[in-house]
Amino acid sequence: MTEIIVVTSGKGGVGKTTTSASLSCGLARRGKKVAVIDFDIGLRNLDLIMGCERRVVYDFVNVIQGDCTLKQALIKDKRLETLYVLAASQTRDKDALSSDGVRRVLDELAAEGFDYVICDSPAGIEKGAHLAMYFADRAVVVVNPEVSSVRDSDRILGLLASKTHRAELGNGGVKEHLLLTRYSPRRVATGEMMSVTDVKDILGLDVIGVVPESADVLSASNSGVPVILNESSDASRAYDDAVGRLLGETLPLRFIDEPKKGFFARMFGG
Amino acid sequence: MGLLALFRRNPPTASVAKERLRIIVAQQRSARGGPDYLPLLRRELLEVIKKYVNVDPEAVQVNLEREDDHEVLELSVALPGGPAPKEA
Repeated sequence: MTEIIVVTSGKGGVGKTTTSASLSCGLARRGKKVAVIDFDIGLRNLDLIMGCERRVVYDFVNVIQGDCTLKQALIKDKRLETLYVLAASQTRDKDALSSDGVRRVLDELAAEGFDYVICDSPAGIEKGAHLAMYFADRAVVVVNPEVSSVRDSDRILGLLASKTHRAELGNGGVKEHLLLTRYSPRRVATGEMMSVTDVKDILGLDVIGVVPESADVLSASNSGVPVILNESSDASRAYDDAVGRLLGETLPLRFIDEPKKGFFARMFGG
Repeated sequence: MGLLALFRRNPPTASVAKERLRIIVAQQRSARGGPDYLPLLRRELLEVIKKYVNVDPEAVQVNLEREDDHEVLELSVALPGGPAPKEA
């Protein structure tokens, strides 16, 4: 049974691609066979975050248009045996993605025995975002604790509840999860930033993860190594917890309280 | 004041954000599930009404309300005083 998970948000720049990369690595690291697909046609980026940009020969649109087979287009990750990347097309027009084409690719991945397909949605609510969510079983809605991100994510929740295959079938719809990124416990403590509970209350979703604001996320993208693989990082542990929860584990939320600082850290650590 | 300002943090605005979002999300959700044609219907009605009466774009309200087993399409237009614009 293949589970299709869309990583979506509405607003751009909140961490969809970072999240897609880390969740797919985390699932693969636990032995699952995973394909991660970049739906951002024209603005390919997942390949960079995954560090496989120089190995892209064929892309998603090539597969849909029959220029190559799916096997030829799937890029096998060099670190994790069971992880594959399908890059977005860089040059062609957005209409190159069709609902039928996407369905064929997903069906073929299911036939190949993939456990998970992670669909990295583009920002916005246009065709790419629509197709990324359309066939999903579950949705990870990536949100920053900030007004525009929260509002946009609520728009996305509206679309998940109406414009998806599962919603149309009327059998319970897409299961939605909230993943907060760029969370700063310090600023939450001073009342400058909305807390996990605030955002959870507003959106009414269960929280699958809270990723703290971390300098490691930028270094990860700089070097093309998804942040979850940097095991000394809090962001890595937070993403790994989210992976565990996706798999049904019950884990307490970490990194949501301000770390207690000693005297010297307070004086010199900023 | 000058010295204190050095230690002052940003004002706690998270509660303001939460309150604003509560309202906007409630609004968005009440419009959810309604037919997609409502905004277009509203715009076209406004154009027709404008041919005869000089109304403010905000003066036309279109609402769809669900009551048990039927839906009520409610249309309200606030008419201003004054003559209609001359149409060519």
